[in-house]
Amino acid sequence: MSEVKFSKEHEWITLEGDVATIGITKHATEMLGDIVFAELPEKGSNVEKDGTAGVVESTKAASDVYTPVSGEVVDTNQAIVDDPSKINEDPEGSAWFFKLKMKDQSEMDSLMNKEEYDKFAKESAS
Amino acid sequence: MLHNSQKDFLKRHIGPSDEDQNKMLKELNYKSLDDLIKSTVPEKIQLKDELNIGESNSEYEALRKLKAISKKNQIYSNFIGMGYYGTYTPYVILRNILENPGWYTSYTPYQPEVAQGRLEMLLNFQQMIVDFTGMDIANASLLDEGTAAAEAMGLSHRLNKKDSNLVFVSENCHPQTIDVIQTRAEPMGLKVLVGNEDEVLDQLKEDLVCGILQYPGTLGDIKDPSEAISKIHKKNGKAILACDLLALAKLKTPRELGADIAVGSSQRFGIPMGYGGPHAAFFATKDEYKRSMPGRIVGVSVDRHGNKAYRLSLQTREQHIRRDKATSNICTAQALLAIVSAAYAIYHGPDGIKTIAERVSQLAKNFADKLKQSGYEIYSDHFFDTVTIVTKDKTDQIYKNALDQKVNIRRVNSEMLAVSFDEKKNVYRVNQLLKIFNAAESIKKEDPTVSLPNLPKNLLRTSKYLEHPVFNSYHSETEMLRYLKKLEDKDIALNRTMIALGSCTMKLNATAEMIPISWRELAEPHPFVPIEQMEGYRDLFTDLKNWLRSITGFSGVSLQPNAGAQGEYAGLMVIRKYHLDRGEENRNICLIPSSAHGTNPASAQMVGMKVVVVDCDKEGNVDFEDLKKKAEMHSENLGALMVTYPSTHGVFEEKITDICELIHKHGGQVYMDGANLNALVGIARPGNFGPDVCHINLHKTFCIPHGGGGPGMGPIACKRHLQVYLPNHPVVKDCGPATGIGAVSAAPWGSSSILSISWMYIKMMGSEGLKLATQIAILNANYIAHRLKDHYPILYKGSNGNVAHECIIDIRSIKTETGITEEDIAKRLIDYGFHAPTMSWPVAGTMMIEPTESESLSELDRFCDTLISIKSEIDMIKSGKFDKVDNPIKNAPHTDIELASDEWSHKYSREQAAYPAKFLKANKFWPPVARVDNVYGDKNIFCTCPSMDEFKEDAA
Ligand SMILES: Cc1ncc(COP(=O)(O)O)c(C=O)c1O
Repeated sequence: MSEVKFSKEHEWITLEGDVATIGITKHATEMLGDIVFAELPEKGSNVEKDGTAGVVESTKAASDVYTPVSGEVVDTNQAIVDDPSKINEDPEGSAWFFKLKMKDQSEMDSLMNKEEYDKFAKESAS
Repeated sequence: MLHNSQKDFLKRHIGPSDEDQNKMLKELNYKSLDDLIKSTVPEKIQLKDELNIGESNSEYEALRKLKAISKKNQIYSNFIGMGYYGTYTPYVILRNILENPGWYTSYTPYQPEVAQGRLEMLLNFQQMIVDFTGMDIANASLLDEGTAAAEAMGLSHRLNKKDSNLVFVSENCHPQTIDVIQTRAEPMGLKVLVGNEDEVLDQLKEDLVCGILQYPGTLGDIKDPSEAISKIHKKNGKAILACDLLALAKLKTPRELGADIAVGSSQRFGIPMGYGGPHAAFFATKDEYKRSMPGRIVGVSVDRHGNKAYRLSLQTREQHIRRDKATSNICTAQALLAIVSAAYAIYHGPDGIKTIAERVSQLAKNFADKLKQSGYEIYSDHFFDTVTIVTKDKTDQIYKNALDQKVNIRRVNSEMLAVSFDEKKNVYRVNQLLKIFNAAESIKKEDPTVSLPNLPKNLLRTSKYLEHPVFNSYHSETEMLRYLKKLEDKDIALNRTMIALGSCTMKLNATAEMIPISWRELAEPHPFVPIEQMEGYRDLFTDLKNWLRSITGFSGVSLQPNAGAQGEYAGLMVIRKYHLDRGEENRNICLIPSSAHGTNPASAQMVGMKVVVVDCDKEGNVDFEDLKKKAEMHSENLGALMVTYPSTHGVFEEKITDICELIHKHGGQVYMDGANLNALVGIARPGNFGPDVCHINLHKTFCIPHGGGGPGMGPIACKRHLQVYLPNHPVVKDCGPATGIGAVSAAPWGSSSILSISWMYIKMMGSEGLKLATQIAILNANYIAHRLKDHYPILYKGSNGNVAHECIIDIRSIKTETGITEEDIAKRLIDYGFHAPTMSWPVAGTMMIEPTESESLSELDRFCDTLISIKSEIDMIKSGKFDKVDNPIKNAPHTDIELASDEWSHKYSREQAAYPAKFLKANKFWPPVARVDNVYGDKNIFCTCPSMDEFKEDAA
């Protein structure tokens, strides 16, 4: 599996073959608070880089989930829809959102690595 | 000089006595009120002259004058229909809800622990709507039927996954509904096709966003809508039924007919017509669309002890969170009226409502039968309460006969007349009408047992409604009285304590201001009566418009918008039309400071503008450099700036005139959000310092009570060049310019009857009093800031160190040091008997306090002492005297049940929990529930009345 990359919209992404797994970062869940609702893209639909691909809601905030790369949705994580608190528990692990079959793997290049993201998150929080 | 008796009211409206004012000024180091104002309000914008409103009047004088005006309204018997019907408000409801400050002076139930009473009643409203419509979920009111239908279109548009942009509206909808939809659709890029569903829907080539039908139709005819609904579905559109609540007692539900959304008005459930409003509209839909549904929804959750508790759920759909992505801009709605109509259903119960529906329909049928016997042709044999008669060349004569008898009927066109019956009509009225139609026949007496063949058999309702015990338990007046009292006692309203909600202006809603709304001359008129009959209302509107002109410095005024957010929408539409008329349709950028209220971006989005956010600087002002940069960057496409003044941060920005000049230089218009007008009246006029148009929240500055979340009124005022674009109306043509933007509300002058409240306030205060109110509002806020500043940091201040009419206390460092949040403090305030200030808006982690001029020095001190006392409790957490987790603040509020329980395991005493201040021993408010669990409520969405079994389980 590839190195984890991050977007400015607080999504994380890993790549295995040409299938990318995408979720929201721990930092994002901390900003949102208790998550009570998640909506995922439809399996089989095509999503465009930086377009919306879902929604998360906490009691305090609602936020669109963006996809950092383009592709076809090949799988979605129904478990987080059934129990959204899983997203707070394990955001960067079992609580992934959706998997995409990527069209253009070079889209990964412009994303941040862990170190860059941590710095970005810290700055944007202050 | 004024006579003392004339100043009588003024002294009662203003909280602090002259002596106390002097004390406070001294504390603040000012010699006089003028001195304070001079150094608080920027020199450039200060008024040099006086308001032109006249002297103060005593309560008695003002009431006498308004009575004389209202007597000029001629009260005819109304059979006009079109969505507005006569209804009888049972006195037990009139006196104990509509005229009771325990209900009408409360705020939107954002603090559920002190709002369980009205939350329960709003949940009853939702249950009632769900029962009648058969839909899964209903909200707790929208502004009126027209805007509810427009909101339904908006929801359909959001859900629409295709590229279609066509909206079908049946010509059988009420004309005002069609017009409100057309106004709303155009900036959304939607095309509206108005026509006959039987002809048009088969011909369509394109897909639909939605189709909107009226059930029964505006002419009263009942057709089975299910065929049209399936045609709309075939075109991938959502099917919307605008329906009559009373008719639904006898007819199949919208859900059974296949509708996706049902809307309508609950007016005829006990809410007087009031020449247009206020009334509560309803909106109900399927469970799967709940997250896209507009308006507030009450849901069921649990409190800290696991007991059932009500709260507002799905808040994240609203503008304060989603801003330009909000599902709608609706904020203030019609809570009080929703509560009244729910009480009406509770009092009558399912059998009572059914009887009313049958009686009304019976009268209509008897009337139609006799007319037919006299040779008239009836437009449709299937009707509920409205009979349309083909009168051909007799039309004008009959219409005139009616007027001669002081009877208003509907003149549909030159060929037809229509007559609508309601619960106030009787045999006498039917016979009077028959005479008016020159029918030889008459009816003898009501015969309630006769069947109703006028209701189509295939559409008769078989499903039950109002089965929940709440609708079957309070039919005696004694039981009803006690139920209403029980609910009222669970809530904090202004009749208990000050409610210092920032940006909400919870000032006195004086009894004398409220009395006239129940006067027959103001309560009874139908909004579409011939305007010659409404000379009294004309005078009232003229006075009010002139006063608002004098106060704002603008020349054009429209009284149509029904709430602040609707005023924003109307004002931006005016600006949009101005640009369009100049051929600058490209001007669609709307600059909005980050501190703006969420309704601002939501409204901008509704008129098709693109929101560009402008930063604020460290002092809380609009960041002028950022504004300049963005205005330049978007110069060619700049449509508008939306700015709140004084700012939402509670500061008089020095640069306001420069800001307006800059926007004008780049071809934009300036919209001012007038929510904070209470800091300007008599001191500065927006029309003189730059803005082009603003709304005025009459439910803030001008004393219309908040009613637990509405009613409100949000008239707009504008400069001369925009006047020609103000709203108008399809039925009452001369309420606005023909060149205007169309109707934004169902009624021509919005919620007309409550304009009398603002009229009374302004009349009693006079020029001098209004100015004094502003000065004292500023004095009170600065006094609070002064008293609290050593305990909580005051976030923003003006250049001279003063705040405007409100102040923000910063809780963020407390949170970092002790883990205590603004929410904890809000809940602890309940233990002290107070309602929390505005929380986490406009800045997260803060509280915004607006005392208003109506609070006395002793109440201000009690409030400040309380916040200071809570601060000392926080210090005890910091020093380790209180546990970090198990302390009286984190566990607040404390219920009597917990305190009286034999078990008490907390690390602080019961006394510390319940009686942290001495004054509480004499006057203690007991919250009926402990802290409500928001997460549980939003995960388990349940928005109808819980079954009684569940309550029993709790009790067991
Ligand atoms: C600054 C501001 N703007 C707009 C609004 C919306 O007004 P309304 O609730 O009357 O629609 C509010 C309401 O609280 C407000 O505080």
